[in-house]
Amino acid sequence: MNTVFRTQDLSKVYDTGELKVRALDGVDLELFSGELAVLLGPSGSGKSTLLNILGGLDHATAGKVWFRDLELTSLNDRSLTRYRRDHVGFVFQFYNLVASLTARENVQLVTDVAPNPMPAEEALSQVGLEHRLDHFPAEMSGGEQQRVAIARAIAKRPEVLLCDEPTGALDSKTGIQVLEVLRDVNDRLGTSTAVITHNAAIRKMAHRVVYFLDGRIDRVEENTTRIAPAEISW
Amino acid sequence: MNALDRKLLRDFQRLWAQALAIALVLACGVAILLTTFGTYISLEDTRSAYYERNRFADVFADANRAPLWLMQEVREIDGVLAADARISKFAVLDVPGQEETVTARLLSLPDNGSLQLNLPVLREGRLPTPGSDHEVAVNQPFAKANDLRPGDTFQANLNGYQRVLTLTGTLLSPEFIYTIGPGALMPDNEAFGIVWMRQAAIAAAYDMEGAFNNVTLKLGRNANINDVIDRLDDMLDPYGGLGAYGRDVQLSNSFIDSELEQQRTGAMILPPIFYAISAFLVSMVIGRIIALERSEIGLLKAIGYSNTEVCIHYLLLAVLIACAGTVIGWAAGTWLARALARLYAQFFDFPYLIYNLSYTAYALSGLLAIASAGLGAARSAMRAARLPPAVAMAPPAPPRFKRRLLDRMLTSLGLSQPVMMILRSLMRWPVRSAFTVLGFSLAVAVLVASGFFTSALDEMIDTTFNRSNRQDAILLFDPGVPETALASVTRLPGVLRAEGQQFQSAVLRNGHLEKEAAIEARRPGADLARIISTDGQAIDPPGHGLLLSRRLAAQLSVRPGDVIEVEFLGGINEKHKVPVAGIVTQYVGLGAYMDIETLSRLLRQAPQITVANLKVDTQALPELHRVLKKTPNLSGLILLDKMQRSFEATIRENVVIMTTIYLTVAVLITIGVAYNGARIQLSERARELASLRILGFSRGEVSFILLGETMLLALVAQPLGWLLGAGIAAALAEGSSSDLYAIPLVLKPAGFASASLVVLSASLIASLVVRRRLDRLDLVQVMKTRE
Repeated sequence: MNTVFRTQDLSKVYDTGELKVRALDGVDLELFSGELAVLLGPSGSGKSTLLNILGGLDHATAGKVWFRDLELTSLNDRSLTRYRRDHVGFVFQFYNLVASLTARENVQLVTDVAPNPMPAEEALSQVGLEHRLDHFPAEMSGGEQQRVAIARAIAKRPEVLLCDEPTGALDSKTGIQVLEVLRDVNDRLGTSTAVITHNAAIRKMAHRVVYFLDGRIDRVEENTTRIAPAEISW
Repeated sequence: MNALDRKLLRDFQRLWAQALAIALVLACGVAILLTTFGTYISLEDTRSAYYERNRFADVFADANRAPLWLMQEVREIDGVLAADARISKFAVLDVPGQEETVTARLLSLPDNGSLQLNLPVLREGRLPTPGSDHEVAVNQPFAKANDLRPGDTFQANLNGYQRVLTLTGTLLSPEFIYTIGPGALMPDNEAFGIVWMRQAAIAAAYDMEGAFNNVTLKLGRNANINDVIDRLDDMLDPYGGLGAYGRDVQLSNSFIDSELEQQRTGAMILPPIFYAISAFLVSMVIGRIIALERSEIGLLKAIGYSNTEVCIHYLLLAVLIACAGTVIGWAAGTWLARALARLYAQFFDFPYLIYNLSYTAYALSGLLAIASAGLGAARSAMRAARLPPAVAMAPPAPPRFKRRLLDRMLTSLGLSQPVMMILRSLMRWPVRSAFTVLGFSLAVAVLVASGFFTSALDEMIDTTFNRSNRQDAILLFDPGVPETALASVTRLPGVLRAEGQQFQSAVLRNGHLEKEAAIEARRPGADLARIISTDGQAIDPPGHGLLLSRRLAAQLSVRPGDVIEVEFLGGINEKHKVPVAGIVTQYVGLGAYMDIETLSRLLRQAPQITVANLKVDTQALPELHRVLKKTPNLSGLILLDKMQRSFEATIRENVVIMTTIYLTVAVLITIGVAYNGARIQLSERARELASLRILGFSRGEVSFILLGETMLLALVAQPLGWLLGAGIAAALAEGSSSDLYAIPLVLKPAGFASASLVVLSASLIASLVVRRRLDRLDLVQVMKTRE
């Protein structure tokens, strides 16, 4: 299997002056092409920090990260912007939709700048929102907003989809709908997907589960049998 | 249109109230710059075009009686391109239907050929026929004011002879764009006119055959004007030369100069204030928007927007606000400039439309608006651009408050928690607080600076008319008459009292500084035209020296006790050393005063008078006019009461217009600062304030925190505003003072108080509008919202 991400002895220290917080402490990890990986761990265990570094949102303090053959840790801000624009799709816990733009326009934010995007309408129909194109975020439920966020993430046909607690702000029923969309995107488009969660129930839909504890990888499990999101409950 | 642009437009829509508050302040700057700068350019352009096309002269000189053959030598002066010799006289007219005595300046038109300089523009009819002894043309405004048409006739007292003159046409001349009679403060086209007559006719009437008493010169590009003036003075001295002068002292031209200078001062002082305040308001609002949109910024970066794109996005928001301000400003400025042009049309006589706002003025005012808004937004926009995406996605850290010395001192005062919240917030954002104070104080300053004009005008009118010039009428004699003639003046109908004065042209020198002035000589105890000392008392010139008006003394850099050189013009051109005996207050003109005996002794002649000041029984005025129209030697009449009324009415009208504009402007600044300040606080503190409400604080208690900060800053701003206002008023007074008049700097407590009252009320109202939003705050919703 092809490696999408590889990290080597990756560390991140937050220095607030009075206090040094070691968010990542020597992480070595590989994520593979086409896989759906779940990064599991309690809050503060370093999983979001890792995701931010993988997505080019943050810089590592030490160690190296590669996206395929591209060493992200050697890139400057301009190249990181390019990298995000061309390769990465993000889904956040609080959706981060622009309140003043409709669903379609939120997706167009991405399609306006991505090199080879799908039409915004197609991305929204992929997540089952073809009937909500012209609604503003305030007119949609939390689950719908998150699906718009996913549509926005996949509209650029990214190679990787990085999801930070995508169900964190949702109830279990809408959360499962969102997971179904993520699984569907992974299956049909083959987009490598990393999902961060502290909800252990979600691990069963992944190909692999990476357990985080105190800024380190505690263990990695491979699921021999994956279950469908519909069978998950919490 | 891409999605980011749509976000921009919707943000702009959502922020309309704040954007409008800023746009209006910016619009003030744009409008005032457009009006002042635009008017400056169009007035200057129109004037230069007029001067160029109609060959307005560069040098002017008067003499008593010079032979025409002298012109040959005058034309040979190095640098002189063309020269006209003319006869210029003052005369009294009797215009049908006009009860009052009308004064006219007669000017000769050559019988052979035409004028080379100061070419009049024919507006109606034709020029007088060469050789005709009764045909005349008059300046168009005079004809209009007196309802005269070509073919009409009127009587004139020419050198003591009554003549009937026939009007052939009306003219405008570059020499008389601003036409003001001798001794008058304002143009009065009914009472003063210019009359052009053929040379032979005037010469015959005034015994000036083969002679001239007025010469105008056009100079080459590289000519040295001072050398030419010196040469001309030398040539005219034997013939009673009264001192040659350049355009800068030519009456009509110098009035336009002073108007231009006022526009220039206006363009330099006020618009920068508005642009600066707008920049600050934009920086405050964009700063807050960026704080609120932190996570959206993170998102934009996460999905691949570059730093530059993010930066431009927020700069464009500022540009949109600037565009709104510019459009409003252009509309208001165009309207204002038109109003100003109409005002100018009352005073300035141009043959063509003077209103033609240049594209430059529009472009400059708009570009400056965009630049100032962009500059205001730049810091925040750049900060947004530099914000690392991972940091932007995380909620912002709560603002850091620290217990410093000042804070500990405040704590020890045992102030309530809401008061502490207000004070800590001020200390936490000192720059923002300081700029808010500055914004309020500029609004106060604008009001103080505009209010001062009313007080200054009162002071000017009181000093000029009530304390100094208390006569009802002034009779002008040109040439002067023996002082003994005053006895016959006293016998005129209705004259209760008459006092004589002699005006003597002279050059006053102190080292290299020199100034041409008219020395006013009088008898001690003259009560109708009094001299007011700097401490407000009426005084007489002492027997040994000169009293100088403050501005004249400043221009010559002399103090009481200094000795200056006085060179008399127009007769015996002798120089004398005369001490400066004192300094006096005078707002109109550059006065120099002397005792009439002293002057006569220096001139070696019996006392003469050129002016008689009269106290008149108003009942007898019609009879007085009837007699004056036939009085020989009389060259003009000024009615003080009428002059005061028209001066007051015109200036008051202008002051009212100006005060209204400034009041609007100050209120807009205040609202811009107060509304945005309170609105931003509400946005920053919504959670805090909602929490307080949940904790059981009443609406009033919570509003206190919101309004308290804004009102406290507004209060603190007052003294600074007074100080700045006094400074601006001083600059305006200084900027609008010229040789013609000075505006006294009069600042009264009531002016400061009303400025403060307006600003405090406006800021309270603006804050109360924001408070209504606080009342509508959905507590549950606010607490749920993620910061």
